[in-house]
Amino acid sequence: MLRPKRLDSILDAVGNTPLLRLRALERDTPGVEIYAKMEFQNPGGSVKDRAARQIFTDALRRGDLTRDKVLIDSTSGNTGVAYSLVGAALGYRVTLVMPSNVSQARKDITRAFGTEIIFSDPMEGSDGAIRLARKLVAESPDRYYYPDQYSNPSNPGAHYLTTGVEILADVGDRITHFVTGLGTTGTMMGTTRRLKEHHRPIRCVAVQPADALHGLEGLKHLPSSLVPPIYDDALPDETMWITTEDGWDMTDRLWEEEAVHVGHSAGANVFAAWSIARSLSARGEPGCVVTILCDRGDRYFLPLKWERFYTW
Amino acid sequence: MAITVRVPTQLRTLTAGKEEVSGTGSTVGEIIDHLEGAHPGIKDRLLDAKGIRRFVNLYLNEDDVRFLDGLNTPVKDTDTLTIVPAIAGG
Repeated sequence: MLRPKRLDSILDAVGNTPLLRLRALERDTPGVEIYAKMEFQNPGGSVKDRAARQIFTDALRRGDLTRDKVLIDSTSGNTGVAYSLVGAALGYRVTLVMPSNVSQARKDITRAFGTEIIFSDPMEGSDGAIRLARKLVAESPDRYYYPDQYSNPSNPGAHYLTTGVEILADVGDRITHFVTGLGTTGTMMGTTRRLKEHHRPIRCVAVQPADALHGLEGLKHLPSSLVPPIYDDALPDETMWITTEDGWDMTDRLWEEEAVHVGHSAGANVFAAWSIARSLSARGEPGCVVTILCDRGDRYFLPLKWERFYTW
Repeated sequence: MAITVRVPTQLRTLTAGKEEVSGTGSTVGEIIDHLEGAHPGIKDRLLDAKGIRRFVNLYLNEDDVRFLDGLNTPVKDTDTLTIVPAIAGG
């Protein structure tokens, strides 16, 4: 798919991201290709732009979001940046509920778009932010429009309508596996639904952190979390449980060997893709594994108080 | 010496749902050893063979213990040790 060179709106820059072949990693996987979708190319810097644009578009079409209301949602950060960008582009006010230990970069970026942030208890994680958002909405139902990204069909819908279509357009003739991590689960659910409609079977694999206490920011360990209502556990063919160490080490490797500077959730995704490719290669089976590079790594630099000791 | 340890939701399956537990010892390392006795499995979540896991942040009051003396950081009765989790999903 070609990107047009002139755009009417920043929102037209969302999606149509390049699919990057990871040639350095493929040295470990003879006969098997590994591709990663460069979602950090979205104008808000992450895959979440797709869901936010769709959520706004659908809410406006239905008349749920009106000029007198403020869009409010809980977020661990990237969705917040995406909502802020779309809100600013369309002229709607946005309020976000985030755990106070989200990276400083996320707070600064969202505020720059004119967004208001309400902080939740860092000890309660993203589930604490969800509960606080629900409470605020219950207290002032007339003030807010609450799309709830965890239960909103527009979230997976964005990926059904765009991400999955783009992957098939780019490698529909060769893709054998799709693998991506679970956060809201929107990327996994929507993309998988589209890929399952393809004329050839594509194995779709979900990634979760191996442990409840983990450092793969953006990914959810579902057994210990509020399970997003949009999640359908019958959809993934398999779930891979990735340790923080493996995800972090692969993130480093992507920076050093592929010159791809991404965050830790992307590292976990690529580690899972590389592991699948290694297994196929070891069995002498050809394959083409596709995954998602959720966001850029610089969003995790400039750590302040809570996270300044992450070892890079 | 007993101090307050604040436990994130992700580890509360090990503390019978408690948000705060008591830890005994004169250093952060001793506190964690004591916690392991009371809540088996917690030490392995926090430490690996090299010490504090890279992604685990332990705060003694307002300071990350990595900036203090790591597991050897001395503690006193009025201190609070906080285990800060990463941020999940969305």
